[in-house]
Parts: sequence; structure tokens; C-alpha cells
Amino acid sequence: MATVLQIDNLYKAFQVGFIPRKKEILRGISFSVDSGEIFGYLGPNGAGKTTTLKCVLGLIFPDRGQIEIFGHPHLSLEGKERLGYLPENPYFYDYLTASEFLDFYAQLFRLKKREKKEKIQSLLQLVGLEKARDLQLRKFSRGMLQRIGLAQALINDPDLLFLDEPLGGLDPLGRKEIRDIIVRLKEERKTVFLCSHILQDIEMICDRVAIVVSGRIISQGALQDLISEKILFTEVMLSGLAFDDLISLGEPLWARGEKIFLRVLHEENIEKLLTLVHDRKGKIHSIVPRTETLEDIFVEIVKQG
Amino acid sequence: MKIWTMALNTFKEAIRDRILYLLFFFAAVALIFSRLLAMLTVGDRVKIIKDVGLASISLFGMLMAILIGTGLVYKEIDKKTIFTLISKPIHRWQFLLGKFVGLVLTLFIMTALMSLIFLVIIFLHTSKIEGRLLLAILFIFIELVLITAVAILFSCFSTPILSSLFSISFYLIGHFSWGLATLIQKAKPGPTKLLIQGIYAFLPDLENFNFKTEAVYGLVVQPKSYFYSALYGIVYTVFILVLAMLIFKKKDFV
Repeated sequence: MATVLQIDNLYKAFQVGFIPRKKEILRGISFSVDSGEIFGYLGPNGAGKTTTLKCVLGLIFPDRGQIEIFGHPHLSLEGKERLGYLPENPYFYDYLTASEFLDFYAQLFRLKKREKKEKIQSLLQLVGLEKARDLQLRKFSRGMLQRIGLAQALINDPDLLFLDEPLGGLDPLGRKEIRDIIVRLKEERKTVFLCSHILQDIEMICDRVAIVVSGRIISQGALQDLISEKILFTEVMLSGLAFDDLISLGEPLWARGEKIFLRVLHEENIEKLLTLVHDRKGKIHSIVPRTETLEDIFVEIVKQG
Repeated sequence: MKIWTMALNTFKEAIRDRILYLLFFFAAVALIFSRLLAMLTVGDRVKIIKDVGLASISLFGMLMAILIGTGLVYKEIDKKTIFTLISKPIHRWQFLLGKFVGLVLTLFIMTALMSLIFLVIIFLHTSKIEGRLLLAILFIFIELVLITAVAILFSCFSTPILSSLFSISFYLIGHFSWGLATLIQKAKPGPTKLLIQGIYAFLPDLENFNFKTEAVYGLVVQPKSYFYSALYGIVYTVFILVLAMLIFKKKDFV
């Protein structure tokens, strides 16, 4: 697969404080994003995620390092023609209506009049804002701003899309809709670069991730390589047995009425537990094996970092 | 094309700004007031109307240029609207030039509207329109274009309040620096004269655009004076814009 974004050894520091002192934000960031993948860029607050993104988009200038977009230097217009960007907490021209706003960005990409009209109509439809097309953005809710932000990022039908916390400020239904749009973009062979704190969403849709802590990439790779398939423990809900009978098999967490919720750590104990329940004529309500999640890895890495 | 897109967006922003209409309202009041003032004056009433009218166009035009111009770039950075814009295929200088052209377009329309009111009042008194009045207004507009460039320059690196103070200082210095030209004529040759000449060359001389007295009193102006004044305005505006672009080119939008 072709590389669409290549970042090599990126450094950036800012002067902070009344008596200026240097604060390093990025300390040698290197990674690449391949064509057609959804790439998750994770990290705790202040790790340098948005700073990396701002360097890539030419909003700030790195002190050292190289960035290439589609093989072009990142500040060249050739690369920018093919990318879209939705910032975190998007702020837009609030005096424009939704359709004027999209029209303005469409003009920057020199879209022809008819093409522009069709594109604006289809994007408003895609993000569910058809009815708000003549409403000024100052009257938009946070969720609506997020949606119109996504629409402007897609105005040029970009091959590479940068989304900074795209699911922030959305209700569960809105989150699902945006997630579906991202997955649809992947099906259209678009590349998506996703910065997010919502790890469940990243886990659900990303192919590869990089985890950044204190300006350094601590871990990166395909999601299935990072997350092991090994079962960490099994959560069992049962009834018909006494609390004390279960202590040797696992960790009873709570009991409500007859039901007991138990965490079984070793797989061999599951067999023993099933036999015991059968012998005592008890009842199993549910058995849920818990494998390692991205959140487990993230927490572990951030703690180590 | 991209500059024009930016300019039209800036124009939309400016004409949806209430402060513009507030200033236009006061300008219209001042222009109409000039007629009342003339009634209370002994002497040539038309001259009073011309004098107060041209001064009003100049003053309110300057306030529009400074109060809107100083917020234009700063607001984009402060409200972070610039984030999505810079990520699009547009050069930073195109963005800045678009902002400038957009405000100049707004000022052109506002100056034209104020001039229309002014010329209607003059026409009602004299039943004629004098070309020299139009020329005086043209040079007021050239001065406004320069003030706009200055306001945008300051807007690139400071808050609207500070930028307004800097721009008003530029305006005031510009209208009093002609005193240095007189001083140069009177100073003896030597280092002091050279220093004054250096300061005078650096400071703006906005009196170059002031043809109000000549227009009101019907004094003769050599065509080359108009030519050099226009050239001075263009060169100074280009210099200020290039300076703004150089500052803006290296700016980090944190």
C-alpha cells in the first residue's frame, strides 16, 4: 500500500511563562499512514496529538523534522488539494448560513457552479443538516457544528481526512452516524487519520494506531497485533449457589437476590464452576469472556510512559 | 481567484457587522448636520458644508477602516476559524490579501454612499457637482486604503484594542509629520538635518492625501501633485502589506 502521510523525526517546542522557557511538545515523532486505512492517533491530554496535526496542516512550523503528504512537502498546495480537516471543537464563520459556509470552502477548491451545488446538497444530506441549510451557524448547537465541520472537510472529496475528536459533543445516535460515515469513507478507499479520546470508537473502526505520550510515540502498529486474543478473565452470572461455595473458583463481586456475579480468573476454573452449578442444580445466566481491550493497553502504556 | 473568494467572504463579514452601520449612521448625521451648521454661520455657507462634509467622510471612513480592520485577522486567529482555512489549498499571503481587498471593497461602498449623501446636499445648494470635490474624496479613499493596510498589519500580532491604538497613532503621526518637512527646510546641513530627514522618510505623511482645503476654496493644484500623492499612497500601502505578509508567513497558530 502506498504511503500517503510520512512524518520523520518531528520536534516542536514552545516558549512558555513570563520569563520565557522552552517547553518541548514533540520529541522526535515518526510514523507513516498508508492509503485506505483508518489510522488512530491516541494519547492523553497534552501528549502532542493536536500539535502533530497542526504541524502536518501547516498551522505551526516544526523546529525539526520532515512531513510529506502524498509525496509532496506538507506546505505545498498539491498535497493540500487532496486533504480534508475537521478541527477539535470546530469554530467557523458564524455569520454565514450552512450553505454559504460550504459554498465558501467549495470556491477555494475551484469547484464549478453545478458541481458545487450538487456537492453542497449531498453533503448537507449526508450529515443530516438539509433543514438547516439557510440557518446562520451562530444558531447551531455543538453537535450541528460538528456535523457541518465534517461536511466542510469532505467538500473536495479528499483522499486523506484528518479528524480531531470528531465524536466529541455528539449524542450516541450522532456518534453512530459519524462512525458510519467514517467506515463508509474507508469503503471508498479514503484514508482517515483519527485523533480521539473515545477508545471504544477507535477500537471499533481503526486498522492501525499510534500511541503518543509526552511528545513521543510509545507504541504503534495494527490493532490486532497490539491487542492480544488471550482471555483475561470471565464474568459469570449465576444463581442457586451460596456465595461461600464460589470463593475457591473466582472472585464473587456482588449478589442481588439469588443472582451472584463472579469474576473467574483462570480458564480451568470455568469447567469446575459449570460442573458445580450442574451438581447443585443451579443456573447460569450469562458467561462473558473478557479479552484485552485498547483501553487496557492504553492505560498500561500511559502509566509506563 | 482565491484572493477574491476570501475578499467576498470578508466583505460579507464586514457588512454583517453592526459597527459598520452604526458608524454609517453617525456619518450620515454629521453630513446632514453640516447643513444646519452652515445656517448658523456667517459667510459662505457652501464652504462650511463642503468642509464639514469632507472631514466627516474622512473621519468616519478612518474609524471604519481601523475598527473593522484591526479585528479582521485577530478574530480569525482568536476564534480559530483560521485552522480550517489554512488547511485548504490557499497561501497565507492570499488569505491576508483577500482580507485586505474585502475590507477595501467595503470601504469603497461606504465611502461611495457617504459621498452620495454629501454630493446631494451640495447639489441642492449649488445645483452642480464639482470635479475637484470628487478628486478630494478619491484621495480620502486612497488614505483609507493605506490605513486599512496598517490596521491589518497590527491585527497580525496584537489585540484589536492595541491595534486600534497603534493605528490611530499612525493616523495622528501621519497628519502631523509634515511639521518635520518644514523643520528640514529650516535646519542647517549636518547630522541633525540628516536625522530629521531619516525620520521623515520613515514616518508616514498623510497630509499628502489632503486636498480638502484646495477643493473647498477652489485653489489650483498641479496635476503632478495628484500623481505623486497617488504614487506615495500605492508604494506605502504595498510596503505595509509586504511587511504584514512577512510577519504572517512565519506565525504559529497555536
